[in-house]
Amino acid sequence: MTTLFFDEMHDADAKTRPHYGPFETWARGLSPDVMVRKRAEADLAFRRLGITFAVYGEEAGTERLIPFDTIPRIIPNAEWKTLRAGLKQRVKALNMFLDDIYNGQDILRAGRIPAEEVLDNAQFRPEMRGFKVPNGIYAHIAGVDVVRAGAGEFYVLEDNLRVPSGVSYMLENRKMMMRLFPELFAHQKIAPVEHYPDLLLETLRAVAPAGVDDPTVVVMTPGAFNSAYFEHSFLAQQMGVELVEGRDLFIDHDAVYMRTTRGPKRVDVIYRRIDDDFLDPQVFRADSMLGVPGLLKAYRAGRVTLCNAIGTGVADDKSIYPYVGEMVRFYLGEEPILNNVPTWRCRDKDDLRYVLDHLPELVVKEVHGAGGYGMLVGPGASKAEIEQFRAVLVAHPDKYIAQPTLALSTCPTYVESGIAPRHIDLRPFVLSGKEVSLVPGGLTRVALREGSLVVNSSQGGGTKDTWVLENGHAEPHR
Amino acid sequence: MLSRTADHLYWMARYSERAENLARLLDVTYQMSLVPHDPETERNSWNAIIALNSLELAYSKRHDEVTASQVLHFMVRDETHPSSIYSCLRAARENAHAVRGTLTAEMWETINETWLQLRDQSFDEIYAGGVAAFFDWVKQRASLLRGAMFGTMLRDEAFQFIRLGALLERADNTARILDVKYHSLAGAQQSQGDDLVDANDFYHWGALLRSVSAFEVYRKVYRDVITPERVAELLILREDLPRALHSCMEGIVRILEKVRNSRSDETVRRAGQLFATLRYGRMDDIFARGLHAWLEDFINSIGDLGARISEDFLVGA
Repeated sequence: MTTLFFDEMHDADAKTRPHYGPFETWARGLSPDVMVRKRAEADLAFRRLGITFAVYGEEAGTERLIPFDTIPRIIPNAEWKTLRAGLKQRVKALNMFLDDIYNGQDILRAGRIPAEEVLDNAQFRPEMRGFKVPNGIYAHIAGVDVVRAGAGEFYVLEDNLRVPSGVSYMLENRKMMMRLFPELFAHQKIAPVEHYPDLLLETLRAVAPAGVDDPTVVVMTPGAFNSAYFEHSFLAQQMGVELVEGRDLFIDHDAVYMRTTRGPKRVDVIYRRIDDDFLDPQVFRADSMLGVPGLLKAYRAGRVTLCNAIGTGVADDKSIYPYVGEMVRFYLGEEPILNNVPTWRCRDKDDLRYVLDHLPELVVKEVHGAGGYGMLVGPGASKAEIEQFRAVLVAHPDKYIAQPTLALSTCPTYVESGIAPRHIDLRPFVLSGKEVSLVPGGLTRVALREGSLVVNSSQGGGTKDTWVLENGHAEPHR
Repeated sequence: MLSRTADHLYWMARYSERAENLARLLDVTYQMSLVPHDPETERNSWNAIIALNSLELAYSKRHDEVTASQVLHFMVRDETHPSSIYSCLRAARENAHAVRGTLTAEMWETINETWLQLRDQSFDEIYAGGVAAFFDWVKQRASLLRGAMFGTMLRDEAFQFIRLGALLERADNTARILDVKYHSLAGAQQSQGDDLVDANDFYHWGALLRSVSAFEVYRKVYRDVITPERVAELLILREDLPRALHSCMEGIVRILEKVRNSRSDETVRRAGQLFATLRYGRMDDIFARGLHAWLEDFINSIGDLGARISEDFLVGA
């Protein structure tokens, strides 16, 4: 076992960590062909259930399975408690930041963040200035990407406050593990995650426009060809609410209605899984067929709540990311619990010089990029790739940031040659409504290619079930 | 419920039902073709299938002559036109996919798996395995879906619109099968100037009844030889035969009463009127009007109902 990376299951002396003990004992008693059979069963079930994602850039309508790995990622209870506290703190501060910059802008006047970084940011939406959203919550659903580095410490990699996806895989992975290996769950206290849809619905109902007692909530999807369509449909079904597309909605006197078989029905809260740009062709992209003309006006009039709010992208932008620690200190008067990864902003001349000098060691990311497209992982790149990227970087420095290549922790994973360590990350889902809550765990993504640090499903990543172990006594899962 | 959701469910049901009825029709035609007879009769029976679905033009663009294997390929596995079993099951699956959250897991899995299995079979494989076995498979998958629906679905609006689509499609399909087959069979009989139902005719009428799973039913009901008039009566006026027009219309009227909204009064009225012609109609009157003319009217009325249902419920305000 290499000691370069922190492995979730084995320590530096290749001994099994205590929290993986029961799992390892169980796994050792299992004959290899049982595992092969179970893995085939999982594949078949996922395909029959149609738990697939569409791949952009391939033949239209191509649906692929996200590879599911049967070795869970296990988090000891004490570590989870720290993570949970850190995540809540962070998301609270981020929401206060959004409320602030779209209203009083205290943090800018206090000089804690350079005003131009915020106001000139392409993700800053002037349309959101000067009106209050319910409870002051902008990012109702946050999918914060967390990784663990060399010494076992956690870092937040990205905050994902726009339309984070993946929670359906968290839920389906758990269901699959319980179906394949019920005995594992009988012998250990693994914190449940199944109540996520309930928590989500509670969160969405809590932020309905003032005066609406029994709000009608809908999930809004770009349509069946979107890569995350399975998830949209899954969440609507699990919450028991309608799954709408833009064409199902219309605005009348600043109120939103959906077209039903019994005539128009008022809509109060829209959990929209569609980007800001496509929401309202009257205000944003005029060519959008996915949105609803007049939606922003209804929203500004306080007649409907959008979750997440418009304009949250400015808070999870990679150029704002370096200031999240400042936000925690400024709004909460606390020290951040979770680490930020040191970040060089290439728009800054000194930072750019450093980045260009150290490209082979760094990860360079597009400021507005997502999904692992358009990034350079220095240590894994060829000389030619690095030179190619250098040219792009010199031409458009303000489009990029750079970070040290984190030694992402590994977890044993089934690969063609057997079981081998592969790099993983973790995306817990933080909900903010009346209060901030999250289910214990999240989605663990795994980079299946040897040595790869890119866990995105679009780049050949897989997923694992994520277990938070409970201590002896039950405790509320919040 | 959302109009678009209802629309997808309705069309999911129509396409599934259509695929099943196509399989039934093709199965019967194929089996009839196995009985020795002249090539002219065989060509006519395959031609009738194309005409039944108004596909003359689409077919002639792709094939020069009418043979069993070419018509079967065209109606079973040709993905370049929307009327083949393949295209129908694909459309059913696409509609289901768009609203999969509204379906129970059992229903969605059935539809999805049907599609996955069909997609992986070439026509040559289907043909080599025996088309009869393939048609049985299509019918079984349809039964499985119906069973999953009746056994697992909440009796809510989603259920009603699925039933509505299935019944409307079935009424249309039964009327068309009867129209085409009745005239080719009864016509042939007359031209022989023979009022006896000979062994060959018996086989043909039996096959028609089997295509709507009504062969044993006929025996049970009439306990007598098969005559064209009784076959027509069975498929039109029986209220207790699930594929008879009367039974379909009864279901349609009942559902329309349940889902009615502020716009649907005229649709409800027209459906009720059409139902009344079956509920209180007599075969003598239908034959007096002429069976073909009567069926044509009926098919048009079903088309009109479909358009009105779409307008009232599925397009949305």
